[in-house]
Amino acid sequence: MLELHPQIIKDKTIVADDWSVLRLDDTESPETVEVPDGKIIVPLLVWQAQREQLAARPEIGVWIGADERPDELKGELDKFAVIAVNFPKFTDGRGMSIAFNLRRRLGYSGELRAIGDVLRDQLFSMHRVGFNAYAPRPDRNIEDALKGLFVFSEVYQASVDQKQPLFRRTHREVQPGDSDVGYGI
Amino acid sequence: MYLYDQYDHLIVRERVAQFRDQVARRLSGELEESEFLPLRLQNGLYMQRHAYMLRVAVPYGLLSSAQMRMFAHIARKYDRGYGHFTTRQNIQYNWIELEQTPDILADLASVEMHAIQTSGNCIRNITSDEYAGVAADEIIDPRPFAEILRQWSTFHPEFIALPRKFKVAINGALEDRAAIAVHDIGLAVVTNEAGEIGFRFMAGGGMGRTPILGSVIREFLPWQHLLTYTEAVMRVYNQYGRRDNKYKARIKILLKALGVEEFTRQVEAEWADLKDGPETLTQEELDRVAAYFAPPAYAALPAIDPLAEHPDNKGFANWLSRNVKPHKVPGYAAVLLSLKKTGVPPGDATAEQMDFIADLAERYSFGEIRPTHEQNLVLADVRQDQLFALWQEAKARGLATPNIGLLTDIICCPGGDFCSLANAKSLPIAAAIAERFDNLDFQHDIGDIELNISGCINACGHHHVGSIGVLGVDKDGSEWYQVSIGGAQGNNPAIGKIIGPSFSALQMPEVIDRLLQVYVRSRFEGERFVDTAQRLGITPFKEHVYATPIVAGAPAGEDHYA
Repeated sequence: MLELHPQIIKDKTIVADDWSVLRLDDTESPETVEVPDGKIIVPLLVWQAQREQLAARPEIGVWIGADERPDELKGELDKFAVIAVNFPKFTDGRGMSIAFNLRRRLGYSGELRAIGDVLRDQLFSMHRVGFNAYAPRPDRNIEDALKGLFVFSEVYQASVDQKQPLFRRTHREVQPGDSDVGYGI
Repeated sequence: MYLYDQYDHLIVRERVAQFRDQVARRLSGELEESEFLPLRLQNGLYMQRHAYMLRVAVPYGLLSSAQMRMFAHIARKYDRGYGHFTTRQNIQYNWIELEQTPDILADLASVEMHAIQTSGNCIRNITSDEYAGVAADEIIDPRPFAEILRQWSTFHPEFIALPRKFKVAINGALEDRAAIAVHDIGLAVVTNEAGEIGFRFMAGGGMGRTPILGSVIREFLPWQHLLTYTEAVMRVYNQYGRRDNKYKARIKILLKALGVEEFTRQVEAEWADLKDGPETLTQEELDRVAAYFAPPAYAALPAIDPLAEHPDNKGFANWLSRNVKPHKVPGYAAVLLSLKKTGVPPGDATAEQMDFIADLAERYSFGEIRPTHEQNLVLADVRQDQLFALWQEAKARGLATPNIGLLTDIICCPGGDFCSLANAKSLPIAAAIAERFDNLDFQHDIGDIELNISGCINACGHHHVGSIGVLGVDKDGSEWYQVSIGGAQGNNPAIGKIIGPSFSALQMPEVIDRLLQVYVRSRFEGERFVDTAQRLGITPFKEHVYATPIVAGAPAGEDHYA
């Protein structure tokens, strides 16, 4: 099955997209499935089973499932125009560690796209761990989803987007104007 | 205590705005309930039987008087005039309207408080020792590290959707008063041979359906590596913790499945990449945070015997012996205000009591209050020469019941009266037991005992580590209670053993009585219930409890919390 996202969010703007995500159904196997021509993001297992043919294409993408390890792509990251990470459910945070490891441990610097159950309220964290592209769930308004990237303007901890934790970036000290204790009562 | 700077204020303010928007989207139908659920949980908002429940974070159990007054204000304005202090040192309100929660959060933000990550599958509020900073056996004050961990874990982008909830406890003294062995991560401050400060790092403890004591995965972790090592543990758990069954999803199950050695190997491999990275703590950062926890301006006072001027006052003597704890500074003491008055649900405080406690703290204890995981409140820095005056004031407001550590100092979750997870009510059991054993002389004779009651297997009432643990269970739609004995927290933690088939609610006071009879006839001089129970095992208790039919008592106490 080919999944199309006419529009995605990339680098904090909405852009047209002409990639398709290939998902296997129960009857298909990674070895024999036919990968259509064009710009296709294939499952990791399909890439591994058909590496030679797929690598010869002008452009190819790969997606990693939540239960797969990004280390499997070690040494061949430069072969992909896009790497995607699939979120089977928005409550499944494994993709966050996959993205982090792809960026920080494996040094991947190309497009990293979140696919699957991708919703507005998770985008900010996704951005922090290294995603720069998002295919929000098609039943949701992509303009609304974009707002999810601008929720916080400061963060405490280091991650992919912010290499240094707050305590190494700033001088922290309570200023006279900081405290407004009790105005709410 | 810690004060917010501009960054803390900014982050919490933006959180309030984010949640206000999420609530509006839920109310408009843009967000489905299934999508809203994890969002509201990560803000401490549960759907209960009657209304929403909001759990507010009290980071590592430290409150100012201004914050306590805000709790009173929230109780009056948005709830029914009271709040419930929990076993995780937080406070819960049980009658909250969804529409009002953004305003409550804004009110909380005005006193540097929030409800961030008080529920949901994320790193929860970090808990610690209620005597931090004042205990004589303290190696180092754990609160700066708890605050550092609070900031690091707040909205940690990689760990917002863990397999299950994740609880960290940290203890800085020789005696463990933070129950670290029953936490996902338990940290004990230790010094190495060179005198350097670090942590004995435990992981994989927890209560719930499968109670397990944590395993030590590193004997000595220098404090500078606290965040990077924790990150390594979290990454292993986030990737490999089970997500197919919520009852098998805690880190304790992963650790059991892999074995301690393999789990530790994976953590160490993960850590190799992180060690000495940017999250490595600096002396400067530790000093910055630690400065907020500097000792208050103690007066130079002689240590005195507070009873000397009131030799015949038995009530005061009882209170001194149970509710007053030693302090490392001469002339000072730590005082426990009991939230376990018979007839009141354990841990509940009215708005009037909260305001009053805020005043007491200002007048007697440098304006700070500490909720304990046993659901009482500590005034940590009281002058010994003011204890009598404080006792009289507290007593007049029902806050001086001299029962700390005794039978009626019951740990109890809200249970089936409020909680939609519960299998059975827990508050009526606590009320009936408290009424049956209200006699203080009897309680003092029984001595130290922890009676812990949970309304379901999630174990919010810590029943596994009670000297006597009571667990509410559902059998064919009716409520029954399973009893265990010999559980313990502290330096020799133990999981209690179940004595046999479960009991009805009305049988419970009699069951407790029979357990106590066995203890009284079998104890050595000065031996605590838990020690007797562990020494003898369950058999004599079981034989006596089940020897003859247990007559059900009359329903008791129901009107107290109706």
